[in-house]
Parts: sequence; C-alpha cells; structure tokens
Amino acid sequence: MRGESVVVVGAGQAGCQVAVSLREQGHRGPITLIGDEQAAPYQRPPLTKAYLAGETDLAGLVLRQDSYYDDHGIKLVRNERVIGVDRQARVAVLGCARTISYDHLVFATGARPRPLPIPGAEHVLNLRTVADADAIRQRLEGQIGLDVVVIGGGFIGLEFAAVVRKLRHEVTVVEAQGQVMQRAVSAETAQHLVNRHRSEGVQILTGTGVGAVREGLVELTDGTVLVADLVVAGIGVIPNTEVAQRAGLAVDNGILVDSHLRTVDPRIHALGDCARFASTHAGGLIRLESVQNATDQGTTVAAAIMGSAEPYTALPWFWSDQYDVKLQTAGLTNGHDRTVTVGDPAEGRFSVFCFKNDRLIGIEAYNRPIDFLMGRRILEGGNSLTPEIVARPGFDLRASQQKAA
Amino acid sequence: MPKITYVSHDGIETVVDVAQNDSVMRGAVLNGIKGIVAQCGGGASCGTCHVYVDPENTKPLSQMHQVEDELLYFTACERKENSRLSCQIPVTEEQDGLVVHMPEKQL
Repeated sequence: MRGESVVVVGAGQAGCQVAVSLREQGHRGPITLIGDEQAAPYQRPPLTKAYLAGETDLAGLVLRQDSYYDDHGIKLVRNERVIGVDRQARVAVLGCARTISYDHLVFATGARPRPLPIPGAEHVLNLRTVADADAIRQRLEGQIGLDVVVIGGGFIGLEFAAVVRKLRHEVTVVEAQGQVMQRAVSAETAQHLVNRHRSEGVQILTGTGVGAVREGLVELTDGTVLVADLVVAGIGVIPNTEVAQRAGLAVDNGILVDSHLRTVDPRIHALGDCARFASTHAGGLIRLESVQNATDQGTTVAAAIMGSAEPYTALPWFWSDQYDVKLQTAGLTNGHDRTVTVGDPAEGRFSVFCFKNDRLIGIEAYNRPIDFLMGRRILEGGNSLTPEIVARPGFDLRASQQKAA
Repeated sequence: MPKITYVSHDGIETVVDVAQNDSVMRGAVLNGIKGIVAQCGGGASCGTCHVYVDPENTKPLSQMHQVEDELLYFTACERKENSRLSCQIPVTEEQDGLVVHMPEKQL
C-alpha cells in the first residue's frame, strides 16, 4: 500500500517534527517537507546563544543530517515557498508554479519578526534565521567595544544582549513596557534577570520606546539619544498565516485550529508558531512560540494524520540561557495574581511559584532545574499546592511531593 | 570520525560516526536513532536524552555538572550509577568506540 501523501508547509522545528514523527509512527506514504531557507531544518534557540557566540556552526544546529531525509523517504524541498493551496483539488502551489497534490496538508509556516513601525527601521537587524545571525556576526566580527542597542527586552533581546556582552561590546536594551519579558515571566524573575544583566554592565531601560533610528543613532521617545554601531530588534513576531487565509481557512492572530490542531478543513492541520489553538492550560485560544510547543504539537499532528483522536494537551514549558543563568518555566505564568519565591535569590538559585485564584499555574525556576522538572510533573498531573503551603519556611518541592506520594 | 555504538532497549546495536565535539545525544538524533528524544535540543533542560554508559567502559567521559546531576533524578527510567545525559558528553577521538545503552523510554 502506497499510503496517503502528506505535504508539510514550513521546515522549521515544527514542520520537521511532523515529518520525523510520521515516519517514526509508521506512516508509509510520501512526505514532502517544504522550507524557504537554504539550510536543512535547524534549531533556532542557539542562534541567540552558541551560534552567535561562534561556538558552533550550522552543522551543529541542524535537526537531522542531510542523509536522514533521503534514508527515511522524506522529500526535503529547500529555498521554496508554497504560495497557494487549492483545497478542492487538494494541491499546494509552489513559488515556481509547480503543484504537489496532498491527502493531508500541514501548515508549519512559523512567524516573522514584527517590523518596527518607526523611521529608520531599515537600519535595524532582526534575529530569527541563520542568515540573520550571520549578518549580525559579520558586523561584530573581529571587534570589541562596539555600541550595540537592542530594541525589545524579551527572550530574544535579552539572550542576544548576554552573548554580545560576553563578546565585550557595550550593550543597551530598550524595552517599551515597564518590565522586561513581561509576556513570559513574573516581575520577580524579570527583576533578577535585569539585575544580572546590570551586574554584567548591560544597560537596561524600561518604559521607554524608540522613536527613530538614524545612521549610528537611536532616538528614544523620552528624548534620549543612544550611539549605536549596531541595532537589533526583538519585539515579537507575526504569524505567517497569509497562505492559509487565502485558502479560506479561519485566521485570527494565527491559523485557528481545534484541540486536535485541525483547521476547519479536516485534511489540513496547523501547528507551531503559526497556529492558535484551544489550550486547557491557557483556558482558551493561545499561540505559543517555543521548541516544546513545536515538537509536542508535531508529534500530535503526525498521530492525528495516522488516525489518532488524542487531543493536544501537553504542558507548555520554556527555557532561556543568559550568562550562567538557566531560566526554565513550567506552565503558563501569565495572569498570575500571587507569587511565592522559594530558595535563595541572593545566591542566584530560586523558584517563583505563580498562583491564580490560589491555584498553582506555573513555576519559574532560576537555576533550580529540580523545581522545573518536578513542577512539570505536578502541573501535568493536577496539584493541590497552595500559596500557604509553598510559603512555609523550609518548603521543598521534591520533599513535599514525596510526602504526598 | 569517532564511532559511537547505541544499543536500544531491545538490544539492537547501531554504530554511528559522530563529528568531533558533537555530543553523544547529537550523534543519535542527527541519524534518527530512536530511543533518545532530546526535547530541548541539548540545553540540559529536559532530561530526555538519558543513557546508560556501558558498564565495561574505559573511555574518559566529561565530568558531570550539577544541572545534569539534578536532572538525572527525573528521568523516565530509573537512574543508575552509569546514568548520564547524552547531551552532556562531548565526543572526541578519546571516546571513539564508546558504547551507550538506551533506556526503555525517555518520557
């Protein structure tokens, strides 16, 4: 039996995972994985870490070696875009006008950096692809002491700032919100990260926007002018939903999918950065940009194509490396109304337990991997931890669970 | 290139050439060897690239750091004396011929 044909649009972490999981789960039909970059599918997280620092090359980033795709019957199409999908005829149309027919189509189109809506945005570099990282590396190559301005204090901006500081440049991070990483972590964790950056000599300005960028200068909305040899922005992304929208699928800040990651067309799934899905953990629709989300959803989509009726329920988790800080978050802490900090912030090892209506919704582990892993387990399994229990002197998450078990 | 042998839980051996300075985890993942998941891609964040180093091993291995040590308490399969996270074992010529056994599951 030849098996059904699957076309995966987008060859990032999510798209690649769908293809790999399909083969691992025994799918026998043709699989075509179409990406618009020259590089074979690769991991993006090291772009703001080891790759940027020059500690690894592209070979160290790729998700599978080239021979894997041939060996597993996965047709990898590089440097190519899908520009249209004809759902009646069940064909994907490529940029070169060639068409590929499908039984199942998967949108894993990812996201693109949100453009800066200010004069001089053309002087600003982004950091999303290996080509972006190469361009930045080239600007920094062989130099020290450059003035680097980072617009946006999210994961990307802060990780970038940490690496560039280690490369001995002068770094200023400008964050328009009152807190860095506001979407991702609590005020406590954010403050410790800011302190860590400042102790390394990075300047962090919050509550200040960027008004304009000119050759060599960044003008802030409060009137400050920063000298800048290099300006890099990380102010969030826009999901790549245009092709899905033109194909008549529902789109609203992401391609809308149900808890099985299926669009309104049962032959089309969407996942990863480009998909907005019904999440039990978020209590509604959410779009997540993370490796965990891309890979776990990839496994779910592959299983769905293979006939599984299991919904996607994986607990979200994230990590970030900045200097020697490993920040790991389990669950979604956004929307918490109370936090309890456990451990010793002064020593740089602590966890922030985040509660909403006295229910634990997430844990931010700052150099405390045990709390992160324990936290994932108890958040997956349902938990009865209250702020009062966690706030007791000497509380230890592992010990508390051993007692409970 | 150094050769690393991966033994699956049901005893199937796969020998792979691993590039210098890649990790034992990368050697498995790049070649699509099942049995090592590596959810976090090598960030010592997830504990899903657990291996048992062959008990007869005489090759020198990297020292275990605190994060790895802590993560190993949370692997899906039991931690043993020879447990390691394969993302934390870089491969050089010195590890040529290393044999690692994969646990029954990683998740």
